[in-house]
Amino acid sequence: MPFLKFRYQPKNELEEGGRSAEPVPQEESEPEQTCPNCHKSIPISALRANMNVCSCGHHFRMSARQRIAMTADEGSFCELDGSLRSSDPLMFSGYQEKLRASEQSTGENEGVVCGECRIDGNPCCIFVMEPGFMMGSMGSVVGEKITRLFEHALERRLPVIGCTVSGGARMQEGLLSLMQMAKTSAAVKRHGDAGLLYIVLLTDPTTGGVTASFAMEGDIILAEPNATVGFAGARVIEQTTRKHLPKGFQRAEFLLEHGFVDAIVPRSEQRAALSLLLSIHSEGGVI
Amino acid sequence: MSVTAYERVKSARGSRRPTGISYIRGIFTDFFELHGDRAFADDGAIVGGVARLEGRPVTVIAIEKGRGTKDRMRRNFGAPNPEGYRKALRLMKQAEKFRRPVVCFIDTSGAYCGIGAEERGQGAAIAENLMQMSALNTPIISVLVGEGGSGGALALAVADRVWMLENAVYSVISPEGCASILWKDSTKAEEAAENLKLTASDALALGVIERMIPEDDIGEPQFYERLRALLSSELDALAGESDLVRKRYERFRRIGVPNQNKEAE
Repeated sequence: MPFLKFRYQPKNELEEGGRSAEPVPQEESEPEQTCPNCHKSIPISALRANMNVCSCGHHFRMSARQRIAMTADEGSFCELDGSLRSSDPLMFSGYQEKLRASEQSTGENEGVVCGECRIDGNPCCIFVMEPGFMMGSMGSVVGEKITRLFEHALERRLPVIGCTVSGGARMQEGLLSLMQMAKTSAAVKRHGDAGLLYIVLLTDPTTGGVTASFAMEGDIILAEPNATVGFAGARVIEQTTRKHLPKGFQRAEFLLEHGFVDAIVPRSEQRAALSLLLSIHSEGGVI
Repeated sequence: MSVTAYERVKSARGSRRPTGISYIRGIFTDFFELHGDRAFADDGAIVGGVARLEGRPVTVIAIEKGRGTKDRMRRNFGAPNPEGYRKALRLMKQAEKFRRPVVCFIDTSGAYCGIGAEERGQGAAIAENLMQMSALNTPIISVLVGEGGSGGALALAVADRVWMLENAVYSVISPEGCASILWKDSTKAEEAAENLKLTASDALALGVIERMIPEDDIGEPQFYERLRALLSSELDALAGESDLVRKRYERFRRIGVPNQNKEAE
């Protein structure tokens, strides 16, 4: 399967923009997936049953809806602003086509899904980015939906859980995308200043303008094992510095070592971790 | 009117343009430089300190590309490391404490892309500035005087007023980077520059900046005089404003609000 093989070349995936680096498994056409770590073929159904994690521990990417289903209490998720769609404000060549292709391949209107839910009974707001939608890149709608979610959470006095996966700011909306970094950060700040909790879960990959804004602004920052998280792309750094990058560079474990992540939490333990952290913060302090 | 977007990019990068320190020297008096982020190092790419603007105490911060090979290397060609952004934030917090306004001059191809920069949290440093600047309780004016390279420029531009010189550019990505990612062809930079809408007049039309400053006399004494007068009167106006932080929030809040009609489609 040459196409699948291509999709696992990490040097290209972020640059593809329109193409999802990792497929949302489709039962009909792809009954098996090959693990990029242990190279075993795994039936899709087995992978799904194990939260998209290979028996070797490799965490495959997952769609926003899959992640919500895995994280939220059954039937508790109530979506917000799901109908917002991007226009093409700069009339950037080829952008409309990419939007339509992403809509078709993911069934989503944009690169982030937002809403309210409960996790083990704890009420919260949640946003989950969608890797299949132009690699979760942030344009005006992604910025707007996340901003609205923080404003909604502030009004309702709810904590926010954010699962990030993104190639960064979306080039096709130029400066308007860049400004979303400031807009979302300001909303995070307001929410936080009101004494409310924001937990980030960094997933593979989280880079560029998203790393340089709301992905790094959590009170608590968790990461999935081996997730790539960084500001600049590895290839750009190699070209700029003409240095060989150290092993494990920009992986979750590297961030933990350098003090930028609170904990690495495998998928099987995420729900319990979020539940615990939410409940500790829901009880109020003793002073 | 026949100047293309890419010509503006080349002009913004021009080595004969005044660099950050020229603006500090040309506009302010009594500048006293303050160094270091109090945690790791002093970043030569960002120069900051206290000064007076027509008598008024201000905090002034500038990204400095450097003059001549040795100085340019010391300044890392105007590409700040995380400690540079942390120094800038330290000085802004200090300005808030002592109730003086902040003026920033921005000229960078972008935040530095390096191993050390990643190890020390380039993304986290920029994110922290965006968050803290959005709520800083003192007036901030940021002027883009050359290159406005993405998050590395925005990290000093969450301001009440953002201005651009006529030939400055402000972009989410370099035209070369954009062309090589989208079309696998960095020679299509001209086309990318047009598409990215990165000129001062584009930024003005998009509502991203408040003012475009003509620069026919760039570097001349009257150029700095003009800037001094503009900054001074704007700071007067901002000093009288109530709800500064709320208005700054609204300023960024309204950018890129999707057309509601689209929802119905």
